[in-house]
Amino acid sequence: MTGVSALIGDTLVLAQRNLIRIVRAPDLLTAFTVQPVMFVLLFVYVFGGAIAVPPAFDGYADFLIPGIVVQNIAFGGFATALGLADDLNRGLIDRFRSLPMARAAVLAGRTVADIATNLLSLVIVVGVGLIVGFGFNESVPSIVLGFVLVLMIGYAFSWVFAYIGLSSSSPEAANAFGFMAIFPLTFISSAFVPPETMPAVLEAFANFNPFSTMVDALRSLWQGTPAGTDVWAAFVWTIAITIAFALISTAKYRRTVVK
Amino acid sequence: MSELAIEAQGLRKQYKDVEALRGIDLTVEPGTVLGVLGPNGAGKTTAVRILTTLLPPSGGTARVMGLDVVDDANALRAKIGLAGQYAAVDENLTGFENLEMVGRLYHLGRPKAKERATSLLDRFELDEAGDRLVKTYSGGMRRRLDLAAALVADPPVIFLDEPTTGLDPRSRVRLWETIEAMVSEGTTVLLTTQYLDEADRLADRIAVLDHGTLIAEGTADELKRKVGGEWLEVTLEDASQTGAAIAALEAIASGKPTCDDGVVVKLPIAQRDGSIAGAVRRLDAAGLNVHDMAVRSPTLDDVFISLTGHAAEHENGGDPEDQPVTEEAVR
Repeated sequence: MTGVSALIGDTLVLAQRNLIRIVRAPDLLTAFTVQPVMFVLLFVYVFGGAIAVPPAFDGYADFLIPGIVVQNIAFGGFATALGLADDLNRGLIDRFRSLPMARAAVLAGRTVADIATNLLSLVIVVGVGLIVGFGFNESVPSIVLGFVLVLMIGYAFSWVFAYIGLSSSSPEAANAFGFMAIFPLTFISSAFVPPETMPAVLEAFANFNPFSTMVDALRSLWQGTPAGTDVWAAFVWTIAITIAFALISTAKYRRTVVK
Repeated sequence: MSELAIEAQGLRKQYKDVEALRGIDLTVEPGTVLGVLGPNGAGKTTAVRILTTLLPPSGGTARVMGLDVVDDANALRAKIGLAGQYAAVDENLTGFENLEMVGRLYHLGRPKAKERATSLLDRFELDEAGDRLVKTYSGGMRRRLDLAAALVADPPVIFLDEPTTGLDPRSRVRLWETIEAMVSEGTTVLLTTQYLDEADRLADRIAVLDHGTLIAEGTADELKRKVGGEWLEVTLEDASQTGAAIAALEAIASGKPTCDDGVVVKLPIAQRDGSIAGAVRRLDAAGLNVHDMAVRSPTLDDVFISLTGHAAEHENGGDPEDQPVTEEAVR
């Protein structure tokens, strides 16, 4: 089999395996379905009344949903980190490495499986969002482009989590490590509150944070708010993160030696 | 001239501050079994990882089926199967799905992969459990599935890294029978083990590894001759009579009986059959009362004491399952 067709074939075999596992582990499935709904409801009804939103938005839910969509999709790659750490611990990576399969397929199979779970949780979050007061306010092509951007962001962070998973000694460590790395990044951004309301240092960080760029781009694509350079900058960030972490994760995978 | 199935020369592996392999040579003829015997930390697993392309060697060369483990790694992977002590199977898949996945990653194609999965489950007596999730399997079933996964592509060479470590005695014997059946079909096997009896039963030749160095190599019989065979241990009711017991038993011993601690008489024997009855008759005739009597086999520790002058060190110490087991324990 030639290199490219082997890579695609092996990636699909492993993506299928990863999806079967998720369907069979109901606790993990909860993370993709119930958890984002809970987040939306908590933010809208607990914080919503206390947060003043810019006049372009029709209430807090309208402001919040693109932010929570991006945060949720960024965490979608968690399954990749947990799964890789688990495979390393159980010696499955050894088995894969001893097979005549494409080297990159183990990581690619993980990140491709994430696209399916990300799509599922994206539909759920947007669906709940529409119920609690979010509204699209743009042309259909622009809205579709927004969905494409979200899925691309999810894919980029799957590679970030692939790196975290390969760097962790156990699934528990991957969990803690991933949480510490991604959580502050999503909160100190324009996702949940307007950065102008933050202390100066945090505001500066939030304005520089690629998460803010991505969230503002999504608001622009879905709701027509002014975005400046954010839309194309968001795509550039997303593609750059994907390439950078795909490269370092693959390099890390090649070097990984199981204890 | 027949090509060797496995050939390693001067294999070395240096980790940051540990030299795991200090230049070992190994050769395995096609269709034979090499048992690599040694305690934890001897370098057994490192050797297997290099030969299965998982680790690059720091020095030396190795060829498996004529293919270099570094330069021809990709082509080599299609010709080997690996099964190990960690039973690398996916718990959240069924036994069938595990084997099918491995088959497809060997690029057998989906129909062939399914066919192989079915026939291997059947052969390893897992056909009834084939549709169950692996997390419901017992330890022995997981090992058998792991072994089946190594055989999916019907590779000419199989590497088994401590295949029975941690298994209960019944599962061990069952796994041995499976491995024997596989070998009888002409597969070349390299297996690592901490158990002398396992190497004795399965291997044509045994290589003894200690601290990354090959300290002995030969058939089980050659090795046993170096170590000494079985012996009879006799404890008398009256310890002051051990001298008389040695005199009474000398005629049936294959070597000089000894009594190092003044209590237990050790009597080397050429064969187990009849030796206890013979010893009892002679002790009875001499009017000596026996408190305890047992046949002992050399353990891995005996091999190491005999070959290196020190006991096998169990570097991870705590796990009782990793300790050597005498032959009596599995019978």
